[in-house]
Amino acid sequence: MAFSNEQLERYSRHIILKEIGAKGQKKLLNAKVLIIGAGGLGAPVAMYLAAAGVGTIGIADADEVDLSNLQRQIIHATKDVGKPKVLSAKETMNEMNPDVTVNTYHTFVTSENIRKLIRDYDFIIDGTDNFPAKFLINDACVMEKKPFSHAGIIRFKGQLMTYVPGQGPCYRCVFKNPPPKDAVPTCKQAGVVGAMGGVIGSLQAMEAIKFIVGQGELLTGNLLTYDALKMDFRKIKLPHNTDNCPVCGKNPTITELIDYEQAECDGAL
Amino acid sequence: MTITVAGVKKEVKDDLTVAQLIIDENVETPMYVTVSINDEFIASGTFETTVLKDGDNVEFLYFMGGGC
Repeated sequence: MAFSNEQLERYSRHIILKEIGAKGQKKLLNAKVLIIGAGGLGAPVAMYLAAAGVGTIGIADADEVDLSNLQRQIIHATKDVGKPKVLSAKETMNEMNPDVTVNTYHTFVTSENIRKLIRDYDFIIDGTDNFPAKFLINDACVMEKKPFSHAGIIRFKGQLMTYVPGQGPCYRCVFKNPPPKDAVPTCKQAGVVGAMGGVIGSLQAMEAIKFIVGQGELLTGNLLTYDALKMDFRKIKLPHNTDNCPVCGKNPTITELIDYEQAECDGAL
Repeated sequence: MTITVAGVKKEVKDDLTVAQLIIDENVETPMYVTVSINDEFIASGTFETTVLKDGDNVEFLYFMGGGC
């Protein structure tokens, strides 16, 4: 596949990078990334990946745009209130870059649909806002041998980790089981600064791009934490022994996906 | 003795348990924190009986569920 003149110009700042170049840009154009959640995290991920020319982007979310989303979900605009988030997101991405094919899934992810959904993609973004979905994505990615980026944001804090099959701990290695409903506050209860989605979501987009072009070191085996009030980033090394993990360990006891009880949240996915 | 907690070196009393450190550090949602010491996860049922040693490197890993 040769680049058109328009593509050479559009992606010139990528192509000039020795780590990306024409070869890396072709990889991006041929890549397929699925973003689960078109909210605070999913919005910047979707926009940066679309702008970067990731050729196929799937986006899954069951919700409609609400006025209270617009403080942080920058892929949606005031005119989109009431519209399915996946549709609003697709329109924005199409306007940004006609090279990108956007597949929309106007649905919650469940144990019934997630494995089939992720199977077609090279890299998965967890942009969800609740623990049942985060554990479901982790377990499904382990079972389907798919790399994914986990992230969470609340108040002025965020966290991020990358899972690549066979390379270190999965989300369940670290966090074992979802906390009981309402034991740990959600964004709706506790609040979140809109720019936090931009910081952490952009880092998720960066992990996807590095994975696709095969450059640099991914955030595998580490949990990155960000405290905006202290302006402190920490890369915490995670234990590397995953043998006893119930899903990615040597003798997994979780071999079927689990639908945990959904916590109440602003637009739970 | 000296231990490192979340990247910061601290002087603490000998025979400090993980459970006591969680109290001393005002850990949020102590029931649901993941603790690692020197690159090993500590089982949540053993915080009371796990005694820290000089030079230990302790990390607290918190649930963060938001994305909305």
